[in-house]
Amino acid sequence: MSTFLTGWGRTSPSPAELRRPRSLAELRDLVLAAPGRGVVARGLGRSYGDAAQNAGGLVLDCTGLDTWSFDERTGVVTAAGGVSLHEVMTALVPRGWFVHVSPGTRHVTVGGAVAADVHGKNHHRDSSFGAHVRSLTLVTADGAARVLRPGEPLFRATVGGMGLTGVVAEATFGCVPVETSLMRVDVRRTADLDETLDVMARTDDRYRYTVAWIDLLARGRRMGRSVLTRGDHAPRDTEKPPPGFAPGGEDALAFAPRARLHAPPWAPDGLLNGLSVRAFNELWYRRAPRSATVTQGIAPFFHPLDFVEGWNRMYGSRGFVQYQFVVPFGAEETLRGIVGALSAHGTVSFLTVLKRFGPGSGGLLSFPVPGWTLALDIPAGQRGLSGLLRGFDERVAQAGGRVYLAKDARLRADMMAAMYPELERWRSIRDEADPEGLFRSDLSRRLRL
Amino acid sequence: MRNALGAVDSVLLLGGRSEIGLEMVRLLVGLGATRVVLAVRGELAPPADLAAEVHVLPFDALDVGSHAAVLDRAVELVGDLDVVISAFGVLGSQDDYDADPAAAAEAVAVNYGGHVSVDLHAARVLREQGHGTLVVLSSVAGARVRKANFVYGSAKAGLDGFAQGLGDALHGSGARVLIVRPGFVVGRMTKGLPPAPLSSTPRQVALAAVRALREGASSVWVPRALGPAFGLLRLLPRPLWRRLPR
Repeated sequence: MSTFLTGWGRTSPSPAELRRPRSLAELRDLVLAAPGRGVVARGLGRSYGDAAQNAGGLVLDCTGLDTWSFDERTGVVTAAGGVSLHEVMTALVPRGWFVHVSPGTRHVTVGGAVAADVHGKNHHRDSSFGAHVRSLTLVTADGAARVLRPGEPLFRATVGGMGLTGVVAEATFGCVPVETSLMRVDVRRTADLDETLDVMARTDDRYRYTVAWIDLLARGRRMGRSVLTRGDHAPRDTEKPPPGFAPGGEDALAFAPRARLHAPPWAPDGLLNGLSVRAFNELWYRRAPRSATVTQGIAPFFHPLDFVEGWNRMYGSRGFVQYQFVVPFGAEETLRGIVGALSAHGTVSFLTVLKRFGPGSGGLLSFPVPGWTLALDIPAGQRGLSGLLRGFDERVAQAGGRVYLAKDARLRADMMAAMYPELERWRSIRDEADPEGLFRSDLSRRLRL
Repeated sequence: MRNALGAVDSVLLLGGRSEIGLEMVRLLVGLGATRVVLAVRGELAPPADLAAEVHVLPFDALDVGSHAAVLDRAVELVGDLDVVISAFGVLGSQDDYDADPAAAAEAVAVNYGGHVSVDLHAARVLREQGHGTLVVLSSVAGARVRKANFVYGSAKAGLDGFAQGLGDALHGSGARVLIVRPGFVVGRMTKGLPPAPLSSTPRQVALAAVRALREGASSVWVPRALGPAFGLLRLLPRPLWRRLPR
């Protein structure tokens, strides 16, 4: 019995046999019995593209591998691959700890966070998830559960390796102490792209977390106008806490986030169009203060979209694609050119986010390298999109940048090789660990990994 | 794999000389396809204008025993098949078929039996890989068979029905069938024949077929107006239908 699976962008569904192991032993048995079309692990399905799909093959739903433990003294977590960061954070924050790296949603698994080497708003200071992993247990093609440590070749091939070296059965990672579950955030509006880049470059070393939301539909003089949010975990003596919150009190570490809204099961195609997004952007930009310091909770700061369960359905039946690229510092002209082209093309992107990356984690296929990263999400039905993005691929590759595989659903194989210079090295390590090519996904076929 | 925006990577063209088929291949390469297999009877120099990795395979529609090997070899060469275009065929004239029934039977064997065989093999491959589209070139000639070309028309009628059934059989497997129903196509195959109303060029047919492919349609008439037109023509009483000049 096969199940049709898609990524979070809901494009390109493909059928696979879906099995849910409940223990390491079951996981190893399933890997050993994988069919000719291969096997790939899947977590909570938050990769936007086809990374956790395997047409005609086997997909392992790893959310049944859900045991984890935590040392309250050292802040070290050891979690099975299927444990969600939501679960970890919900337990950790009240005890005064937070994960080093949180992506834009809590609803990712530990295994997925390793395989995609996810990053957050603090990449410029703290690198990506893989940089904080102290050891991994990987179930490889021979059914063995291998323990890997940072620096080892297979560790480096697995962090950011998109699940193609094996199944991440367990990971041990450190956490960061926090005094409250609040964030102190400086919000600032910028008038155009130059100001955005300038302020980010000058000030992001002063904050643990920074990110800019860009109004991509603004043109001309206002092209690239943004709302910058820069924040740190709030100390216990925070001034002006949000109503009902006493950072100095007993509930300073209260944290019990949940979805407040549920997207309807069906949304009309074209709901998010040029008009509605332009209106939203205008409102969002105007609503932000020119410059102010505010206090907000962890969830609204890190995971605003988690308040709307199933928000991806709002893009209608054709779904949407995320395009996230990074270009090295010094290639600002490429970034400017792409933002200009998007703005001129009138590309409808609901959430366009700009951020600066610091040093990478050492993962051979890991996405982040020092530079500027821009992420957009675009309805898949938009006219001329394919050619536009292919043009960007070439500009990005030429500038020495790359696109993010966890978000990709449309890159071409030749571009992949141009963007990831360590690809050959990664392949030789993967081939040694998986000589028959047992671990496969729609993404690995599309990109001929 | 077909990507999120409908572009494909690998194409197998059964009938490597088909003008419509080759136009489709050119368009798909322009949209990002990088690997092409042309399956063709006899020798063929791959078209020089295809900016892709091109392989040529021997293929004989009448040699049904060899069809499994053709598909397997194509998979060996390029991996998963994203699109298979079943485009081969012969037209012939009704007068010649009247004079030589054996030739008529052979033409039907190519236009119908050959497709049945190779398309079933293609369907097996697509079903196993869990994705891919089989494009079947049908014709309005099969939508309602006319006395002017009933040998050809009946084969296309059979093929159209076969392709519809196959599409339904593949439903839920991830693989799909796209039926393309052109009207009169002005090209090599119809050289010397006076064009009929609503005729098109191979390029127009290919453009419509590729658009339908990207949209995930299950059938397309070229031009579109032929769909409703044949909806009505099917209802035409036979005494009138019989009197159609061609």
